[in-house]
Amino acid sequence: MQEAIRLTTPLKSEDVDKLRIGDRVLLNGIVYTARDAAHKRLIQLIEAGEPLPFDVEGQVIYYVGPSPAKPGQAVGAAGPTTSYRMDAYAPTLIERGLKGMIGKGKRNDAVKDAMQNHKAVYFAAIGGAGALMAKSILSADIIAYPELGPEAIRKLEVKNFPVIVANDAHGGDLYEEGAKAYAR
Amino acid sequence: MREIHVGEITKAVKDLAIRSNMELGEDVLKAFEQGLEQEESPTGRDILKHLIENARIAREERIPMCQDTGLAVVFVEIGQEVHLVGGSLREAIEEGVRQGYEEGYLRKSVCHPFTRQNTGDNTPAIIHVDLVPGDRLKLIFAPKGGGSENMSRVTMLTPAVGIQGVKEFVIQRVKEMGPNPCPPTIIGVGIGGTFEVAALLAKKALLRPLGSVNPDAELAPLEKGWLEEINRLGIGPQGLGGRITSLAVHINMMPCHIASLPVAVNIQCHAARHKETEL
Repeated sequence: MQEAIRLTTPLKSEDVDKLRIGDRVLLNGIVYTARDAAHKRLIQLIEAGEPLPFDVEGQVIYYVGPSPAKPGQAVGAAGPTTSYRMDAYAPTLIERGLKGMIGKGKRNDAVKDAMQNHKAVYFAAIGGAGALMAKSILSADIIAYPELGPEAIRKLEVKNFPVIVANDAHGGDLYEEGAKAYAR
Repeated sequence: MREIHVGEITKAVKDLAIRSNMELGEDVLKAFEQGLEQEESPTGRDILKHLIENARIAREERIPMCQDTGLAVVFVEIGQEVHLVGGSLREAIEEGVRQGYEEGYLRKSVCHPFTRQNTGDNTPAIIHVDLVPGDRLKLIFAPKGGGSENMSRVTMLTPAVGIQGVKEFVIQRVKEMGPNPCPPTIIGVGIGGTFEVAALLAKKALLRPLGSVNPDAELAPLEKGWLEEINRLGIGPQGLGGRITSLAVHINMMPCHIASLPVAVNIQCHAARHKETEL
């Protein structure tokens, strides 16, 4: 298996451009969490012409609703949630400079097109490996919508957070091609 | 009559809620190990190794194996000779869920269907009660994640389609849902009964230990054959391509109406959690 690529956020178009499906990546730096309810609110702000709680330019959003942290822990279990539920919102954020998304499962054509047109990448994290992935999260601070509980937006500091490139900025789709390669 | 105080039920439910989310069953771990031997995709092998490591971390460090600690699904088997005292059965279970999810640092994942307002304590629980002979009370706690539950379906087939039609429905379902329910999955199939009973049969099928053979001689070969077919689809661990799409197919069947052929497919992600106890 090829060596993992280390990347530090925020990501530039050049960073994204080099990635290909199947690449194993270790992410470092800041990643923001948002899932269903938070995405709905972000899009409402954009539609109303109001500022977002964080600047999405160059950033990576992780689709996760962690379990509560025990005393002394940064975060509880923190694996990805299924991404298709965010498909309705993702293109708008990508158009505004979002460079990466972390989740699990396939994306629709609108998201894939936006990724190609605006140079963004979709990473798959291992669904259900929440205890393991929490090990790569150094800190977690709620920066918006605390009332949403697990769905609040958190700013995570990650170290060597393990992901796989599932959709690259060149139209590659590991979900399609991986399954085709092993189908009998 | 044997008296059981409902306080004991609360205590037991709390304990089961925490343990089920942190201690993956040995049968599931063994299925991961076997999957690792058969998996051809390097990415798939890597994922299975991570899942084994994840289960170890959860168990040793007492954190949930998955952040989706589920809706609290509780199966209760009450002996006819049992007399419950000290309060209501439902309230005792709900209180156990409340305490378990709070004290175990488990995620509260229950909300209003429209406003999406979180209920804040992971109640209400989903409770299924069966009356059985005897003077014991059995509790099975099976937290169910949203991702895999979303991929489940019930259908009413035309009886003429027979076994072949049921198989096609099940395999088509697995194919369509691809990576979404967190493969490698366990496929619970309920056949017969009524609309709602088919779904319950499918859910109960998920509780059978992995590696066990269906005691129904008619169903055992179907489970084996359908699993082989599913694992030829190529979906693989996490849907990124590979051999091990599912760890098992479990089927429960009962008679149905002469006009009907109800079929339910309940998908279980690899975090196949359930713990039980008897009072």
